[in-house]
Amino acid sequence: MKKELVPKILLLIGITFIGFGIYQGEVMEVLQKAIQICLECIGIG
Amino acid sequence: MASLRSVVQTLSTLGFNSYLPGFLNGTIYRGPLKAICLPSLNCYSCPGAVGSCPIGSLQAMAAGLAYHFSFYVFGLLMVFGVTLGRLSCGWLCPFGFLQDLLYRLPTPKFSLPNWCTKIKYVLLSGVLLIPLIPTSTGIGVLYFCQWLCPAGTLEAAIPLYFSFPPIRTAIGALFGWRILWLLAILLFVSLIYRGFCRTLCPLGAFYSFFNRYCFFRIHLYPNKCNQCGRCSAACPMELPVTAEPNHPECIRCLKCTNSCPTGAIQFKYAGHTTKEGINFEA
Repeated sequence: MKKELVPKILLLIGITFIGFGIYQGEVMEVLQKAIQICLECIGIG
Repeated sequence: MASLRSVVQTLSTLGFNSYLPGFLNGTIYRGPLKAICLPSLNCYSCPGAVGSCPIGSLQAMAAGLAYHFSFYVFGLLMVFGVTLGRLSCGWLCPFGFLQDLLYRLPTPKFSLPNWCTKIKYVLLSGVLLIPLIPTSTGIGVLYFCQWLCPAGTLEAAIPLYFSFPPIRTAIGALFGWRILWLLAILLFVSLIYRGFCRTLCPLGAFYSFFNRYCFFRIHLYPNKCNQCGRCSAACPMELPVTAEPNHPECIRCLKCTNSCPTGAIQFKYAGHTTKEGINFEA
């Protein structure tokens, strides 16, 4: 029973985090970073 | 005949990197899907990438000035972790797929000492903490992306080098290091199965915490098990399957379920058992 409850609680926490992140405006920040070529990722930054 | 897992890996690799104009024009996808993290290590500067790399996003957010901890990215990672666990590594990750292919090369094969699997947890700690240390510009360093990510070199640096000429004038010693590191990793994974996943991948380290509590679980029926040991012998990750079916290192390749002659090992999703006899290697 306990083992079945843990993933549900973790899922709930994850969804809550996503919701809070969206509320804080993090989505636009993630998008802004992801639509620019990351100089570190390509080895010149 | 290709296994179902290989088909899914091929589709996910192509699907996650399906923005073809990027490869042709030396650009990257700039649409709204980039706001969503993919469940696997897939560089968001890959010309074809249609989503964000969760490790890159986690570091970039921590390194920035606005947020030092991204609830959004961390929450997405938790949801991926609890719904899929390391199934993402075994079935969806493009770099994992590449490792599977390279391990088929006729090179000598070696076992991995157990202590090596702990390195990735140190790297995960670095992913979460090092970007928080501000440099003189006030922005932190994306150390994993910058120095250690072979997926970024393979998926982003090399394609952009060939398709976007201005980059060629800007490369220096770091680019050289990245190429050497990539070659070393490619050699390493041809010798040791999933060597990068097991030793260095911070995303694999994150998902490994969820393997025991994930909706997707391997279930052992002790009354059916005859202790023949075929499951552990078949496990490419060298895990003691019957002792710990949901081991943190298990990438859910399901070779154990397919090798079991008595059907003692089956997988369940959210408590629901699959039909017996499904062979994912056929």
